[in-house]
Amino acid sequence: MLRHILIGTTASLLGIGAAVAQEPLNIVSWGGAYSMSQRKAYHEPYSEKTGIQILEEDKSNQALAGIRSQVEAGNVTWDVVDMLQADAQRACDEGLLEEIPFDQLATAPDGTPAADDFIEGTTGDCFVPQILYATMFAYNTKAYPDGGPKTVADIWDVEKFPGTRSFEKIPQKNLEWALIADGVDPAEVYDVLATQEGQDRAFAKLDELKDHIIWWDAGAQPPQMLADGEANIVTAYNGRIFNAQVNEGQPFEIMWDGQMFEVDGWVVPVDTGQFEEIMDYLKFATDTQRLADQAKWISYAPARNSSVDLVGNLWKEEGGKAVETDIDMKPHMPTSPENFQNAIQFNTDFWADYGDALEERFNAWLNS
Amino acid sequence: MTDAAVPGAIPVPEPKAALTTADGKPLKQALRKANAKARRNALLLVLPLFAFLLITYTIPIIQMMTRSVSNPEVASYLPNTAEAIADWDGTDLPSEEVFAAMATDLKNGGRATIGRVAARLNAELAGIRSTMMGAMRSADEFQAPFKEALLADDDDWGDPRLWKLIQRESRTLTPAYYLRALDYEYNEDGDIVRRPDYLRVYTQTFWQTAWMSALITVLTIVLGYPVAHLLATLPASRANLLMILVLLPFWTSLLVRTSAWIVLLQQEGVVNDVLVLLHVVDEDGRIRMIYNRIGTIVAMTHILLPFMILPLYSVMKTIPPSLTRAARSMGATPLRAHLTVYMPLTVPGLAAGVLLVFILAIGYYITPALVGGESGIFISNLIADRMTGSLAQLRLALALATILLVGVLVLYWLFNKLVGVDRLKFG
Repeated sequence: MLRHILIGTTASLLGIGAAVAQEPLNIVSWGGAYSMSQRKAYHEPYSEKTGIQILEEDKSNQALAGIRSQVEAGNVTWDVVDMLQADAQRACDEGLLEEIPFDQLATAPDGTPAADDFIEGTTGDCFVPQILYATMFAYNTKAYPDGGPKTVADIWDVEKFPGTRSFEKIPQKNLEWALIADGVDPAEVYDVLATQEGQDRAFAKLDELKDHIIWWDAGAQPPQMLADGEANIVTAYNGRIFNAQVNEGQPFEIMWDGQMFEVDGWVVPVDTGQFEEIMDYLKFATDTQRLADQAKWISYAPARNSSVDLVGNLWKEEGGKAVETDIDMKPHMPTSPENFQNAIQFNTDFWADYGDALEERFNAWLNS
Repeated sequence: MTDAAVPGAIPVPEPKAALTTADGKPLKQALRKANAKARRNALLLVLPLFAFLLITYTIPIIQMMTRSVSNPEVASYLPNTAEAIADWDGTDLPSEEVFAAMATDLKNGGRATIGRVAARLNAELAGIRSTMMGAMRSADEFQAPFKEALLADDDDWGDPRLWKLIQRESRTLTPAYYLRALDYEYNEDGDIVRRPDYLRVYTQTFWQTAWMSALITVLTIVLGYPVAHLLATLPASRANLLMILVLLPFWTSLLVRTSAWIVLLQQEGVVNDVLVLLHVVDEDGRIRMIYNRIGTIVAMTHILLPFMILPLYSVMKTIPPSLTRAARSMGATPLRAHLTVYMPLTVPGLAAGVLLVFILAIGYYITPALVGGESGIFISNLIADRMTGSLAQLRLALALATILLVGVLVLYWLFNKLVGVDRLKFG
C-alpha cells in the first residue's frame, strides 16, 4: 500500500500520470537564472496542480526566426514563447501569433480585469507581459576604487574611467545612450534618432568609444567579462548583474542612471492545435501571485500592478530545497523609485519602423 | 605499315576464323556484353550517391538561387495596387484609382498579409511599416475619395517615394538583394547607384575574406613545407612520433582548439600574463591579440596547417632522395638542387594543399565568429547574421551565399587553368 502511494505521488509529481491524457507544453525561454525563476514560479506549481508536463527550450534569442520558420513549414512545435515586446509586435503583425483574449486571463485580487492590471502600454494584441527589466551600465568596483561612473556621459569619459567597455552588439539602446551622452534630452532621444542628422550624431558619438568596446551577444557574457577583467564597464540586463552580485558575491555595481526599461512576456505561435490548454497555462502563469513569485528568484519587476506589493525577499535553492534569504528584493527592482529616476522607456514602435535601416547601418559601422 | 613489314619481327599467325565462346558467339561481342553489364552494375551502385547529392545538394542550391531573386510580397499581397500602379508615370502622386486599389487591398488583406508586405517595404524605406499597419487597422472606415482618406490617416501616403517603391517592388523577380550584396541600391528615381559610404560592408568583407584566406594559405605553406620535408626525410620511428604531433591537433575538435587560443591570447590570458611577468609590457599595456584580425589569422593558420602538411608529406615521401643526390654530384649547390629538382616534384602536393586550405578558409565560420571580433570576420559570418534576421534579410543572405559560391567556382576554374587539377595529389 505504502509503495503504491509512493509511486503514485512520484508519478504525479513528475506529471506522468496525467500526461497520458494531456500533451506536454513546450515552453521556450532565455535559459540561465531567468528560466530558473520561471520554472520555480510557474512551471513547477502548474505541473503540480494539473499534472501537465512542461518541457523547456532555451531558444528565445532566436524566437522570431524560429517561430517564422515553424509557421512557414507548417510544423509548429513551440507552444508558449518568451519574447521581447518589439519582436512580438513584428511577429504579431506578420500573423505568426495568436491574438490573446485578455478577458480569459486571471483578474487581480481586487477584481480589476487583467487588461487593466498590466503596466500601462505594455500589452499587445498577441503579447502578455510578464516582467519589466532594465538594460543599464554596470562596472567592477575593483577597477574604480575611488568611485565609478555616475552618468551616461561618464561612460564616454575614458580619461576619468579608463578600461574596456562591453556593449551589446545591436543598435538598440546603444544609439540612444550615445545621444544622451552627447547631451540630448532623454525625452527627445527618439525624435532626434528619427532624423538623418540625429543618426549621424549618434554614430559619431559611438565612434569616439569604438576602440574601447568589445561586443557581447548573449546575456550571460557581460557579468562574465566583468569578473574576468576583460571589461571594466558593461551594459547588461539588471537580473544578470544582480545574480552575480548576490549569488556569486562579485564586486559589481549597477549604475541606474539612464537605465532603459522594457517588458518581456509570453506569445503563442499560431496553429499549435492546443490553444485552449495554452490559455489555461497562461491564465495560471500570469496571475498576480505567480508574477510576484517570479521576483523571489530574479530581480525583474512583475508586469502587473497588483503584484508589486507582494514582492518579498530573495529565495535560493539550497540542497534541493527552496530557502528564503533575508535580502529584500524591492530595492533591486528596476522600478524601485530611487533606481527609476532617470529611466527611459525603450520605444518598441520606433524600432519596429527604424530597426531595419539602423541595424544595417550599425552592422556596416561595426565592420568598417 | 603492318607488323610483317618490320624486319626481324616475329610473324603473327593470321587467325583462321574469329574466336568464339563455347556457345558459338563471337568473343568480341561476348566481351562487350560482359563489360556493359559490369558498367551498368557500377552505375547502379553509385545511383544512391547521385540521388543523395541531387536531393541534399543540387536542389537546395537551385532553390537558394531562385529565392535570392524572388520578390513575391507586393504582387501577391497587394494585387489590386500592383495592377493599378503599373501604368503610373512616376510624377507627383498616383491617381485616385491607385489609392482606391490600395484601400481595397488593405481591407481585404488582414493582419498577416499586410504585415508581411509592410515588413518587406520597411526594409527599403524606414517608417512604412507603421503607416501600413495603421491604415490596415482603420481600412474598414475608408470612404471614397480614397486619396483623401489615406492622406488623412497618415501623411506618409503623400510621399511619392513610397509609391515609387511599391511600383518598383511589384515585380516578382528583383535584383535588389544582389545589388545590396554588392553595395549598390536603387535611388528614389529607380536608378542603380552606389550605397552611401557608411552602409558599404559586403564588398569590403568579400575582399577581406579573400585576402585573409590567401594570407593564411601562404602562412601554412611557410610553416608547413619544412615540417612536411622533415617528416618525409626522418627515419620512420621518429617521423611517426612527429606525425602524431601533427595529427593530434588535426583530430581535436575545432571548437576546443579555437577556445584554447582564446585562453592563450586574451588580454588576461596566458601569453599576456607571461609578457607582464617578464616586464615586456606593463599591467595596463596588455596587448590585444584576439577578437580582431590577428586572432582569426593565428587560430585559422593553426587549424588549417595539417591540411597543408599532409598532402605535401604524401608527395615528398615518394620523391627518391637519389634525385637530389644526382643533381649534387653533377655540381649543383644544395640550394639549386632543391629549387630545380626537389621543389618542382612537390608541386602536386603543394597545389593540393593550397586548394584545400584556401577553399576551406574562404568558407570558414566558427573560428572567425569566436576570435575575429569585428575586424576579423569572414563573409560567412555576415551570411549567418543575416539569416537570423528578418525574412527580407534571409534573401539577402541567399544572395551573398550565391555570390560566395560563384566566387569559389571561379577561383577553382582559375586554379585549374594555372596549375591543372590533374597535377593535384592528395595522398
